[in-house]
Amino acid sequence: MIHALANPTRFLKIARLLTPLLFWGGLALVLFGCWGGLTQTPPDYLQKESVRIMYIHVPSAWLGMGGWSSLALACFAFLVWRHPLAALAARAIAPVGAVFAALCLITGSIWGRPTWGTWWEWDGRLSTMLLLLFIYIGWIALERADRERGGDGRIPALLGIAGTALLPVIRYSVVWWNTLHQGQSLSLTKSTIDPSMLWPLLVNLMGFSLLFGGVVLMRMRSALAEQRIEARIRRMTA
Amino acid sequence: MKRKHQRLFLGLAALGAIGGASGLALSALQDQAAFFYTPSDVATKSPLTDKAVRLGGMVEKGSIRHLSDGVTIAFVVTDNAAKVPVRFTGVAPDLFKEGSGVVAEGKFTDAGGFVADNLLAKHDERYMPPEIADKMAAAGAGTTAAGTK
Repeated sequence: MIHALANPTRFLKIARLLTPLLFWGGLALVLFGCWGGLTQTPPDYLQKESVRIMYIHVPSAWLGMGGWSSLALACFAFLVWRHPLAALAARAIAPVGAVFAALCLITGSIWGRPTWGTWWEWDGRLSTMLLLLFIYIGWIALERADRERGGDGRIPALLGIAGTALLPVIRYSVVWWNTLHQGQSLSLTKSTIDPSMLWPLLVNLMGFSLLFGGVVLMRMRSALAEQRIEARIRRMTA
Repeated sequence: MKRKHQRLFLGLAALGAIGGASGLALSALQDQAAFFYTPSDVATKSPLTDKAVRLGGMVEKGSIRHLSDGVTIAFVVTDNAAKVPVRFTGVAPDLFKEGSGVVAEGKFTDAGGFVADNLLAKHDERYMPPEIADKMAAAGAGTTAAGTK
């Protein structure tokens, strides 16, 4: 499976087909979910209207962390099978994941002001999520520096794998330590969010995930196209 | 062993090592990483007076009193095991109410009370429309889940 996808020509063929499906499908779902979350669901009994921030906040948190998992997987595949397409995938994922991590922090802060009475507190969940954003930025800088110096990509790949240690800490921070952030509301088997308020969240989780995939594929295709142009220019000038 | 397998093995070993290392670091952090002390912590731990600390728990039902100066409130923070009386002068957040979670920032007094200079409301993981909350309140389903684990 990995080796079949590792062929750039075959990858491009599949990616060309998938990109518009993921991108437009995701965008349509997100628009539908936001419409539902802004107009169709009831306000919360305590948080009132500010509860609607979760329709953006929760998918952002999910993709900020999911983005790092996929980046680490790509790094792992690159280290073991040494395929350049895996390195390309990690490079395409990083800024997209970082944007979602930042969105999660910003929306959380806006929600925290009316709910908790503070923009920011150094509690376990908030601090570890901020750390994840910093690791994203550090990874992007390291990967660029490595490429500029003609490195073989091994060092950023190692950081990509090492960074996964943070993911379970973010996930369980609200269980291990007492935090200002509330515990988990949503898991595969149960939800403490009333069904009448839940469905736009599920739509947006799906929609943002598809959008994420679409944008990553776009970035990978444009990077591949750039490489081909560079290679052609090199051949013409040689 | 092929080089590819060697790298796969090394990669997996590195993952295991990272996992182990972070596990050790976290278990060492356990106490320091807590955002607030619970009333039970206060009862069992060494004296915390004269240090700026956070105290978290539930606002005990029927415990909020408005003092005669008009800006100070007194209430009791509980975790169903221990209790601490708290005084706070200032504007409390909207979600601060009896039976829900609170984190108070301030200092312990020698008398065993707590003087807060800031209050944070703690929200729990339950989200519901007002009608359902009303129904639950009417049915007597308590709001005990918030703030405790």
